Amino acid sequence: MSEKIPIGEKVLMKGNEAMGEAAVQAGCMAYYGYPITPQNELTAYMSRRMLEEGRIFIQTESEIGAINMCYGTAAVGERCMTSSSSPGMSLKQEGISYIASASLPVFFVNVNRGGPGLGNIAPAQSDYFQSTRGGGHGDYRVIVFGPTNVQELYDFTMLGFDVADKYRMPTMILADGILGQMMEPLVLHEYKPLPDLPSKADWRLGDPATKDPLLVTSLVLDVPGMEQRNLDLFHKYEEITKNETRYEEVDTDDADIVLVAYGTCARIARSAMEQAREEGMKVGLFRPITLWPFPSDPLSKLADRVEHMLVVELSLGQMWEDVRLATGLKTKVHLHGRTAGGIPGQADIVEHLQKALDSKSDEIVRNF
Amino acid sequence: MTQKIRCAGFGGQGIVLMGRLIAYSAMVEDKHTTFFPQYGAAMRGGTANCSVIVADCDIAAPTVEEPDVVLIMNGPSLDKFEDTVKPGGWIFYNTSLIDREVKRDDVNVFKVAANEIADEVGSSRSANMVMLGAFVAKLRTIELDTLLTRSLDAQMHGKSERVMELNRKALKRGASLAE
Amino acid sequence: MEKVFAMPEAMKDAKTLYCPGCGHGVAHRIVAELVDEFGLREKAIGIAPVGCSVFADLYWNFDVISAAHGRAAAVATGMSRAKPDCFVISYQGDGDLAAIGTAETVHAANRGENFVTVFINNAIYGMTGGQMAPTTLVGQPSTTCQLGRDPSIAGYPIRVCELLQTLGGVAYLARGSVDSPKNVMATKKYLRKAFQLVLDKKGYSLVEIVSPCPTNWGMNPPEAMKWLKDKMLDHYELGVFKDITAES
Repeated sequence: MSEKIPIGEKVLMKGNEAMGEAAVQAGCMAYYGYPITPQNELTAYMSRRMLEEGRIFIQTESEIGAINMCYGTAAVGERCMTSSSSPGMSLKQEGISYIASASLPVFFVNVNRGGPGLGNIAPAQSDYFQSTRGGGHGDYRVIVFGPTNVQELYDFTMLGFDVADKYRMPTMILADGILGQMMEPLVLHEYKPLPDLPSKADWRLGDPATKDPLLVTSLVLDVPGMEQRNLDLFHKYEEITKNETRYEEVDTDDADIVLVAYGTCARIARSAMEQAREEGMKVGLFRPITLWPFPSDPLSKLADRVEHMLVVELSLGQMWEDVRLATGLKTKVHLHGRTAGGIPGQADIVEHLQKALDSKSDEIVRNF
Repeated sequence: MTQKIRCAGFGGQGIVLMGRLIAYSAMVEDKHTTFFPQYGAAMRGGTANCSVIVADCDIAAPTVEEPDVVLIMNGPSLDKFEDTVKPGGWIFYNTSLIDREVKRDDVNVFKVAANEIADEVGSSRSANMVMLGAFVAKLRTIELDTLLTRSLDAQMHGKSERVMELNRKALKRGASLAE
Repeated sequence: MEKVFAMPEAMKDAKTLYCPGCGHGVAHRIVAELVDEFGLREKAIGIAPVGCSVFADLYWNFDVISAAHGRAAAVATGMSRAKPDCFVISYQGDGDLAAIGTAETVHAANRGENFVTVFINNAIYGMTGGQMAPTTLVGQPSTTCQLGRDPSIAGYPIRVCELLQTLGGVAYLARGSVDSPKNVMATKKYLRKAFQLVLDKKGYSLVEIVSPCPTNWGMNPPEAMKWLKDKMLDHYELGVFKDITAES
């Protein structure tokens, strides 16, 4: 089968499977996962492709098992991955916290579904807080990509492995049920690693070449030692914020109001923007591509010249809080949030844009 | 041009395959396309559906609220989706399994006796291909030739030559209804 | 002069932080001696669990990774699958292996993951201060069953070797003890066999070591040793429970 993967060509592929193929191309040596909808096609794809490539695939006893297998595989210096959807991601948070503290590179995917609790299996972005705030216990962050189409799922999976290795930290894609399930043409780019990825030789375990015994741990009982470890992480995070923040701006130059949206929502927002422009409104779009690091500075600059922003998200104001933090009181930040599988309609957004433009000076317009 | 299409029927009628064939053909013809299946827990006796967008420019929203075209394979699907069609749009429906008329008068209606024709061709399991052939020949969103020469092979590889031939025949018979 | 007793190379020259009469020191040393015996120091990776042995890296002179509570078997799986040349030793206590980590343990065993598990059964939680373990004996007091373990509330002490015995992926299961020189030697023999089977890629191999915890049992070391012999070994039978290489 592997010889049939037409690298460099355009193919029609499901989002979940595109991430799987990108991981295979990027040299992922082990995939560990537990079934959960709507990401099952990714696990199924890897069960075939990883074995074809002579690599490791385990359907684990639980999401907890999967993330801890990643912890082990990353500790011996191999690329590895797990994927899940919201309830399963809650289970993985324990392991992600240990991975963050031990500075191990692990890449993972959350195909977000409706919650809280068992919720439903419909598309959602309600794990935004969980993803961008670290998610588990303790002081740490995870690099979070928010792709908007199947091509980006493929590209950012490859980039995700590189960035995880570059900074030795957990890195993830936050997708949603639509992105995971939809098919779209994409070009299966050949994997080209980032230049100057650091060697793992000085920290990976079980390598006879290292002279002194190594220790991978997240336990530092003495307070100054643990505080310094966390401060070191946060100095690294500052570096990442400087180097890796990604976003896209569309038609913001003359805009009176700017839509802020990521992932699937950014596409619906873009359709709404086009319709609103036809109706005479001057609307732009700001799309965060990395959700952590969040593009706060460019949003803040935009707030200097735009009077209104309208956040559209598949959650009830989670990213809205980040936009408000980024822009301070410089601009009015309105909210169109849907939840638990509700999808904002294009016409609803256009209507909301008009309401926002018509709002009184001290009024923030929300749809709920 | 942006055309939003919804295929709907019951599980087992090959609804998802119809959508994938349209999307694959669009890609082969260098058009932009997205395909999105209804997914979820097992739903017996309900409707299965998927949506496809074919466009000559970038596709923003992949969601289909108001389809331009619906390809309806059974009664419950007509009940569910009749009202969603854009005024001036198209309803293709399977009269073999639906014995009522379309109520709306602001849309175009095209009737296809999909199961009966498929039976004549060789198997009622090709009813989806009859429907697809009619749609393609009528609206030319994609070319029949692309389906016959490229998409079937790509999306149905592994099927026996007998099944493939049946599908090709069913597509052509469907197309002949619209000529 | 002939040197007849020396520190194993796989052991660091450090005083342990363990209590007087604790069994961990002996168990650590057996592991280290076998690492030397098989020449594994450069490719051994020990897993330090959550519990008193979380600082095993202070004593073992080879690579160590600390795992989240109960997750050692999953971490061991991730390491031994990705680097089959490594020699992974998962060192776990009773709470870690048989309570919070039961799922990871059972499934790693069932998949036949190729690593050694050293399971310290002292019938109590040590580090957190003497709480009831899954292996605490009926009637045995702890800080969370102060009147003694009552099976109608807390169930029964789990026999791990017997529990895992039926699983297809398991290559070797044995239970030893550190209560006497004879039993220490027998335990070392069991563990040597487990090392050999893992080196031969035969799959999941576990040696349970019944071990004293005088501090949390509220006894002095000699009393604890006697209690282990009289009570624990009455419930936890010593011997080999599974050996896929044994002749029938």
